[in-house]
Amino acid sequence: MSERFTKSMARNIFLGGGVFSLLLFFSLSYHTLGVLPERDNRHNITAEVALGKKVWEDNNCVGCHTILGEGAYFAPELGNVYTRFGNSTEAIIGFIESRPAEGVPGRRSMPQFNLTREELVGMAEFLKWTSEIDTNDWPPNIEG
Amino acid sequence: MMMKYESQAVAKPYFIAAIALFVGQVLFGLILATQYVVGDFLFPEIPFNVARMVHTNLLIVWLLFGFMGASYFLVPEESERELYSPKLAMILFWTFLTAGVLTILGYLLVPYAGLAAMTGNDIWPTMGREFLEQPTITKIGIVIVVLGFIFNIGMTVLTGRKTVISVVLLTGLVGLALFFLFAFYNPVNLVLDKFFWWWVIHLWVEGVWELIMGAILAFVLIKVTGVDREVIEKWLYVIIAMALITGVIGTGHHYFYIGTPEYWLWLGSIFSALEPIPFFMMALFAFNMVSRRRRDHPNKAAVLWALGTAVLAFLGAGVWGFMHTLAPVNYYTHGSQITSAHGHLAFFGAYALIVITIISYAMPIIRGQVAAPEITQRFEKWSFWLMASGMVTITLALTGAGVLQVWLQRMAEEPMSFMATQESIAFFYWLRLAAGFVFTIGLLVYVASFFVGQKESRSTTVSE
Ligand code: HEM
Ligand code: HEM
Ligand SMILES: [Fe+2]
Repeated sequence: MSERFTKSMARNIFLGGGVFSLLLFFSLSYHTLGVLPERDNRHNITAEVALGKKVWEDNNCVGCHTILGEGAYFAPELGNVYTRFGNSTEAIIGFIESRPAEGVPGRRSMPQFNLTREELVGMAEFLKWTSEIDTNDWPPNIEG
Repeated sequence: MMMKYESQAVAKPYFIAAIALFVGQVLFGLILATQYVVGDFLFPEIPFNVARMVHTNLLIVWLLFGFMGASYFLVPEESERELYSPKLAMILFWTFLTAGVLTILGYLLVPYAGLAAMTGNDIWPTMGREFLEQPTITKIGIVIVVLGFIFNIGMTVLTGRKTVISVVLLTGLVGLALFFLFAFYNPVNLVLDKFFWWWVIHLWVEGVWELIMGAILAFVLIKVTGVDREVIEKWLYVIIAMALITGVIGTGHHYFYIGTPEYWLWLGSIFSALEPIPFFMMALFAFNMVSRRRRDHPNKAAVLWALGTAVLAFLGAGVWGFMHTLAPVNYYTHGSQITSAHGHLAFFGAYALIVITIISYAMPIIRGQVAAPEITQRFEKWSFWLMASGMVTITLALTGAGVLQVWLQRMAEEPMSFMATQESIAFFYWLRLAAGFVFTIGLLVYVASFFVGQKESRSTTVSE
């Protein structure tokens, strides 16, 4: 790098640029938090949805699946599973409930989590709620 | 050559732990890759999600061990004084190792829901989110260890000679600790949860960790090339300035499709499209300094690791990152095997390799040598080429899988289901598994490098 460009100039770009970027990012984030309620469907978060998210986390579902495109890539996207399953919470419950404990020979299988009825309902409601978030039209199609 | 300061030797256990956990990480990678093609492998004993969190959490923990070891080695030398408290460093080492090993055992021996219940996840739920699967008490443990570590490093830096390298390193470490605190915020609203989750993940790897990486790279380059510190420090400032200017707003490339407003499509695309710049500069920097070197350091292996870091970080983060970072592209690739391809080459190229670079430079010195014996260096070079070609092949295989996946499942007129798509791209998963074995052999050669040539060297060690 040229001699006329000194170390202290470089340091000032770092300090100025870094601080400016962080401040701008924090302001943008603040704005986003303000407008999120219009998009994130929060008015539909019920006690069931909250329980569902807890069950989702307590069983590390994200260790195989993606949700809104984030997580693991071993098993299907679940952000839109409610619509993929024909807008049916019962279909979701039926699927989770019926996983064989020993799996399916030779194939990827989902564990049997032995969830209670209440937990199953919560999970289904959580996934239904998730499918109603405004995600800028993602995923591209029903397959997720 | 001896160490300049005795306390630099506390880096040694940190490096050993890092390498041991790295081996564990990769063994679980092989399990995962096998499960991709033989679905019921180890089912239900070790389900995929369990193996995956062992794989990714070991990665994070060994990189943290590596960063800590690096700091303990280079900060005394930069500060021209002994480490503030070697004893604290050792206490924290055993605390961190115990917490880490217990957590991994917890993952493997107890069903995850049971672990959550046992560790009080009902009281303060933070578990079950990607990379942040650790029980809340483990997270608290991490905070304590990191704070103690920063205190120790901070006192050494602040009471000694302050160099650009040590101050940048310290800034990166403080940032690492601050952003980790968002791991404790887990709102019921999934969108908010995701929004702040990225403050840990993205602002680490595309923010403060780049400061840490830049500082370590600059330190090693000063040592092995003898280029004037002024020149190196100027580069370092410009690189990390570009990292923050592009990477902070660049967080927006994760705010496209998770419920956040549309303006992030523009902000995220534009700023993150510039994120390859700091990685490109790191590559220029490394090659430039090596070609302008004023001395031929006998540790040729360390030079190779340093150049390899710069190149593979640019490929993995810069090129593979750019590939899917524009919103219209990401619309199709989001959460596909393309993501995994990029994640692997970026983490390996940038952070795994920078840790190995500093180990390669520091370990011989800690063992009382200027550079490792010839045979050791030959092992290291073999290991570099095996791991690099293994990882590049893994990346190419996953990219092939990803392109087809996107095509069949998301772009075709009659889209296939996820599971059907997975079956039709199995060839690429077999290829990835094979490349995984090549990578593993490379890693084992690396481990072996520490055990060869030590007898001869004891009699021939020259002190500088
Ligand atoms: C033998 C070598 C390896 C194999 C076979 C392997 C395999 C895998 C597999 C199958 C996954 C899960 C992907 C999914 O969710 O579907 C994974 C995740 C991951 N691995 Fe590896 N891995 C290996 C080495 C490494 C190394 C050396 C690193 C980093 C230095 C690494 C970093 C990661 C990361 C960051 C993830 C999470 C990726 C994401 O969320 O996009 N892996 N690995
Ligand atoms: C060394 C630096 C980097 C590392 C270690 C890294 C690692 C990762 C990992 C592990 C993920 C997957 C996260 C998840 O599981 O959801 C990811 C996602 C992503 N990265 Fe990076 N990355 C780096 C730099 C970059 C750069 C410089 C760019 C852009 C030029 C970039 C663009 C992206 C994008 C767009 C995604 C989201 C992919 C998706 O939508 O699924 N990354 N990165
Ligand atoms: Fe990112």
